Amino acid sequence: MAEIKRITTPLTDEVVEDLRIGDKVLITGIIYTGRDAAHKRLVELIDRGEELPIDIRGQIIYYVGPSPAKPGKPIGSAGPTTSGRMDPYAPKLLERGLKGMIGKGMRSQAVKDAMVKHKAVYLGATGGAAALIAKAIKKAEVVAYEDLGPEAIMRLEVEDFPVVVINDAHGGDLYEEGAAKYRRN
Amino acid sequence: MREVHVEEITKTVRDLFIDANINLGEDVLRALEQALEVEESPIGKEILKELIENARVAREEEMPICQDTGLAVVFLELGQEVHLVGGDLTEAINEGVRQGYKEGYLRKSACHPFTRKNTGDNTPAIIHTEIVPGDRIKIIAVPKGGGAENMSRVVMLTPAAGLEGVKEFVVQRVKESGANPCPPIVVGVGIGGTLEQAALIAKKALLRPLGSKNPDPEAAAIEEDLLERINKLGIGPQGYGGRVTALAVHVNMVPCHIASLPVAVNIQCHAHRHKEKVI
Repeated sequence: MAEIKRITTPLTDEVVEDLRIGDKVLITGIIYTGRDAAHKRLVELIDRGEELPIDIRGQIIYYVGPSPAKPGKPIGSAGPTTSGRMDPYAPKLLERGLKGMIGKGMRSQAVKDAMVKHKAVYLGATGGAAALIAKAIKKAEVVAYEDLGPEAIMRLEVEDFPVVVINDAHGGDLYEEGAAKYRRN
Repeated sequence: MREVHVEEITKTVRDLFIDANINLGEDVLRALEQALEVEESPIGKEILKELIENARVAREEEMPICQDTGLAVVFLELGQEVHLVGGDLTEAINEGVRQGYKEGYLRKSACHPFTRKNTGDNTPAIIHTEIVPGDRIKIIAVPKGGGAENMSRVVMLTPAAGLEGVKEFVVQRVKESGANPCPPIVVGVGIGGTLEQAALIAKKALLRPLGSKNPDPEAAAIEEDLLERINKLGIGPQGYGGRVTALAVHVNMVPCHIASLPVAVNIQCHAHRHKEKVI
């Protein structure tokens, strides 16, 4: 396995370009949450030429709808949801300067192309390792769309949040290369 | 007739959904440990270790294994000598779901198909009832996550497709699902019956303990072959490449119409949650 890389948000093009598929990465800083309903609203704002409720330039969006926080905890279990559902919206956010997406599962060719074009990266959090991932989240607050409940946009303060690079800004795809390596006929 | 108050059903359903979401079954943990022994990919091994560690953290901190605590599927085996008193059975189950998801800090994922408005309490439960001999009630709680369920399919093959056609469909379904259903997965396969029966027996097949042998030798042979073919796909833990794509394949077979060959594939993620109790 590749060395562990530590990055802090917001991300610069330089940091993004240094990330390669299969790299294990620990993220520290601020990341934002967003899933289907929030993405739909963000892209509607972009289409109408209006301001977004968060500045996404250089930022990372984590596709997650956490379970409710127990008393005294910043957040409940918080593993990734399937990213493909955000594919129709992601290219427009990348065009607006979004640098990273965290989720699980395959992305469309359009999203992969947009990552190369706008220098961005797709990071995998381990699906179903939600209790473990929650330990890396130190603080969580809703910053937009509170009415969406678990789908609201939250600002998360994370420390050494563990991810693996699935798609890099150079067109690499860990899902394709990984499966090809271990496939047997 | 043995009288059972529906309040007992409510309490049991509540407790089972909390337990299932927090405590991963021993059979699944054993399967993950065995997967760690055979996995060759370094990143795949890391993922499997994470999943085992996650189960430990969830248990210790009484947190859900996965934030997707599922739609509430309930299998009910109701003894025909039981007389239920004190209220409506369906409402009693829904009340158990309501209480469990609220008091267990579980995510509510049930919503309107188009407006996507959340029902707010994870009801209605999906209830499958079977009337069986005896005076007991078996309740099986199955929180079913969306990611793996979305990768599941039913197909009506032509009888000429035969066993090989069925196998090809199952392997292809797993291949196309790739990383999406959070591998290593458990694959439930229902062969025969009607459209809905194939789907139902595929889901029921998931409930058999991992590592157990199928009592039907014909189905057992299909399981063995399918597992081998699926694990040759190379998808591996989380789809990052590796030997272990599926922990198990479970097959249920029933007779079907002379014109049909229905096949259902119900995919389950590694957070393979189900808990049961007899009352």
